[in-house]
Amino acid sequence: LQRAAAWFEHGEMVLSALFYQSRCTRNDVLTFLMFQLFINNEWQDAVSGKTFPTINPASGEVICQVAEADEADVEKAVKAASNAFRLGSPWRRMDASHRGLLLNRLADAIERDAAYLAELETLDNGKPYAVAYAVDLPTVVKCLRYYAGWADKWEGKTIPIDGDYFCYTRHEPVGVCGQIIPWNFPLLMQAWKLGPALATGNTVVMKVAEQTPLTALYVASLIKEVGFPEGVVNILPGMGPTAGAAIARHMDVDKVAFTGSTEVGHLIQQASGSSNLKKVTLELGGKSPNIILSDADMEYAVEQSHFALFFNQGQCCCAGSRTYVQADVYDEFVERSVERAKKRVVGDPFDLKTEQGPQIDQEQFNKILGYISSGKREGAKLMCGGGIAADRGYFIQPTVFGDVQDNMTIAREEIFGPVMQILKFKTLEEVVTRANDTKYGLAAAVFTKDIDKANYVSSGLRAGTVWINCYDVFGAQAPFGGYKASGVGRELGQYGLDNYTEVKTVNTVPIKNLFSALVVCLLHTSLPLCTVLSAAVFPPKNDKKAKFLLFSTKKFNLQNA
Amino acid sequence: MTSSKIEIPGEVKSDPAALMASLQLMPSPVPNPEIKYTKIFINNEWQDSVSGKVFPVYNPATGEQICEVQEADKADVDKAVQAARLAFSLGSVWRRMDASERGRLLSKLADLVERDSVYLATIESLDSGKPFLPTLFVDLQGTIKTLRYFAGYADKIHGTSIPMDGEYLTFTRYEPIGVCGQIVPWNFPLMMTAWKLGPALACGNTVVLKPAEETPLTCLYMAALIKEAGFPPGVINILPGFGPTAGAAIASHMGIDKVAFTGSTEVGKLIQEAAGKSNLKRVTLELGGKNPNIIFADADLDLAVEEAHQGVFFNAGQCCTAGSRIYVEEPIYDEFVRRSVERAKRRIVGSPFDPMTEQGPQISREHQSRVLEFIQSGITEGAKLECGGKALGLKGFFIEPTVFSNVRDDMRIAREEIFGPVQQIMKFKTIDEVIERANNSDYGLVAAVFTKDISKAMTISSAMQAGTVWINCFNALSTQCPFGGYKMSGNGRELGENGLKEYSEVKTITIKMVAKNS
Repeated sequence: LQRAAAWFEHGEMVLSALFYQSRCTRNDVLTFLMFQLFINNEWQDAVSGKTFPTINPASGEVICQVAEADEADVEKAVKAASNAFRLGSPWRRMDASHRGLLLNRLADAIERDAAYLAELETLDNGKPYAVAYAVDLPTVVKCLRYYAGWADKWEGKTIPIDGDYFCYTRHEPVGVCGQIIPWNFPLLMQAWKLGPALATGNTVVMKVAEQTPLTALYVASLIKEVGFPEGVVNILPGMGPTAGAAIARHMDVDKVAFTGSTEVGHLIQQASGSSNLKKVTLELGGKSPNIILSDADMEYAVEQSHFALFFNQGQCCCAGSRTYVQADVYDEFVERSVERAKKRVVGDPFDLKTEQGPQIDQEQFNKILGYISSGKREGAKLMCGGGIAADRGYFIQPTVFGDVQDNMTIAREEIFGPVMQILKFKTLEEVVTRANDTKYGLAAAVFTKDIDKANYVSSGLRAGTVWINCYDVFGAQAPFGGYKASGVGRELGQYGLDNYTEVKTVNTVPIKNLFSALVVCLLHTSLPLCTVLSAAVFPPKNDKKAKFLLFSTKKFNLQNA
Repeated sequence: MTSSKIEIPGEVKSDPAALMASLQLMPSPVPNPEIKYTKIFINNEWQDSVSGKVFPVYNPATGEQICEVQEADKADVDKAVQAARLAFSLGSVWRRMDASERGRLLSKLADLVERDSVYLATIESLDSGKPFLPTLFVDLQGTIKTLRYFAGYADKIHGTSIPMDGEYLTFTRYEPIGVCGQIVPWNFPLMMTAWKLGPALACGNTVVLKPAEETPLTCLYMAALIKEAGFPPGVINILPGFGPTAGAAIASHMGIDKVAFTGSTEVGKLIQEAAGKSNLKRVTLELGGKNPNIIFADADLDLAVEEAHQGVFFNAGQCCTAGSRIYVEEPIYDEFVRRSVERAKRRIVGSPFDPMTEQGPQISREHQSRVLEFIQSGITEGAKLECGGKALGLKGFFIEPTVFSNVRDDMRIAREEIFGPVQQIMKFKTIDEVIERANNSDYGLVAAVFTKDISKAMTISSAMQAGTVWINCFNALSTQCPFGGYKMSGNGRELGENGLKEYSEVKTITIKMVAKNS
């Protein structure tokens, strides 16, 4: 935490200078951008000629119009990506270490333009500029650098298979990967997707969220700048039901990776099933339990739990949205959490003091307010917040519910907003059972000083990530993904490479083994096969070769194990 | 400019006009390069030797002195170890640093080496006599790529969590060993430095490194880049000096946890002994070789002749990987010898700064005499001298490219490492015979086989007692692939993921659990 504070302070110092500058040039921010589709390293209008508006959620105003990809554009992009992936293409012929070098160069370019990208991200997404600059951007850079390093280290194996065979595996790219990313961390989710896909040598057709297409388009220009060959990365802003669906059901897309809601995750998996059985990885919703035992450091647990839920306006798939607190400290915890929530600064995302910006759009805004009403209606105790926080834009007050029961809608469904549910429990067995009683299994946390309790809870929870005495600790090195309906597969870490790899097993069959096969056939009196094999081993008119084969058999017997 | 875009023109060699045209586009060495760093580098500071001694460094192409360098001995090693220990102490900047940040520093170092690569290649040529262009394309690229490769590994050195029996939770951590002594040779001064520093630093160790007394200059310049990149003081200490003094002090030091040495088998034995007598420090050794290169009659003869030629003559024969026993199958033996001699006669020996030069001088007068003495023994023992055999030029330490045919396995030139431009060609009849003869050596560093027959290739490659086997290629080294010796060619492996293991201690941590579940 100290490190985070130091980091932030440093960030702020840099920021104040940058911020002054950027304020003067806010209107020019868009002059660096292209608003078209990025296919084959070229900027193109949509085939249909359609565009859609992207909106500043802090004001509700249109920022600009962006080309809208649909099925016809996906078709073009897939063609470009397939062509870039063809045998003998520059991308396929490239040394793995050079793929790594390109990813490193991309990281360098993003680092160079970090202030600009952070500003654009805040404008389009509404997240506080300080967070975008000090959290999103550095993690994007680190993620790309991490996977840059993997490019030439993703090793197959040689395998001591039975018999006189030599067996090895190659880790080959899957092919054309469709990637559909969400609006809550537009740049970071782009890096999570591109890093492993490109390190392993795939080509990409990426659909960015219609709410937040701008930073992805700028990164597209950097991808071109650093020298990725054409067609390797194609970026299409567009809508889920049109462009997204076209990717998911495309016969020439070999793999699809989706981050978003569980509801849409179901559709993606189905589309794969009804088309070409493309590989599917999914990072979906969560209703993650955060368990506070009575021996935990109270002040720390309150702050971490607050952060766990309210970070990014509550728009995190791993938000700690079921805070289970042990009975003897429950009241104090609720009281302190409410106090903390009331202090949370909601406002202009470009104000450096702001902790919480607007929700992403009108739809989410309405949905969250609906959940808050349902909480009140079903009998949870509204401790603070619950209403709209500004007269324009999509701001919602930090909201805390006490006395929440497991069967209430707000304790079962993903709210994706600044609404905290605090539940009471008595025993460890009880809380593990209740925490696991959900269709989700993305993340979980436990706060306690007792190592036995920490181990018991962390091994009992059905979740892809468990944090002990911390929350939302991410590193490019550590895998992330969901149990149950929270997803399929893992992103980040070495595990993240698996999803972008086909394993090819190569068995070289020395000539001797053709001979052994003949012997095996004779033993099993499989006459038709014998005829074929003996013709291969002892071609009728070539005595020399037959002799040579026997010779080489002898040699192989000398071979050391 | 990115590294992979640079390519050495291979095809154009047959066309002199095209070669000259392409050479025009090549970078030129820095004229009259200034030697900036000649002191001992301890704790990110430049220091004089405690004894006040200095030693001269020579240009092997002329025999003239380039400059004098501070000479470290035991007292300086003590100071360096102290600095390295402090840098390794619990809670130090280096120990608290994120693994990914260690990777960043290595990556920055690679960028700086890339920035100054023409200067570094110039100094390397001046100091070691190797031709400038191969130095730029092989040594410098190898250095940069190795540093980048291990930069990427820093945060990927994974321990495991282990499903052990009983009510326990067990996991492993790969921790740095501590202070590593590293002693590097003169044949690839900069690249061997990168091979040593890359894995040691990626794993989080601190280093006391002694470059060879023949070639300290590029290594000292690298020290300046290390400081510029931002490595904390004491993490890397570089001490020019001699083996029997500074080298021995490192090998027997009680405050050094691991020693890595690249050099002769003779000295390798001393290092291992010193470790045994002192504190049982971990030892990795990359030593000599007398490497078999087996050519079958079905091989692509043009390719085999050229690769066998480069395999032994590359770097003026001063490679531990030199393919110095060439076994050729009887039916093509005479033709192979004829073509090899023809190729050797065409080899251009000359100034390292002439872009046409293929072969520079040997490293020193002493080494030149040693190689000439080997050649004499070959003649005396009855091998047929096909070409070369003499010193070349009035100044500098040059030797003519030399080819021996009718070499028998028991001759000295077929058993001992010559480390010079001398090619031995032997005849064989059967695959069994050649396997036995090739393996009949104290060494086991590398081997190669040339054949179009996949069965023969696989049979030979699995039968060779050698750490690396090349099939239809030679000296195909790359930072991703482990490298090291069987038998008396060494202990342990450098490069690749295997290289990291040599710089890690594994710690097993077991926690008592309550109510374990799968």
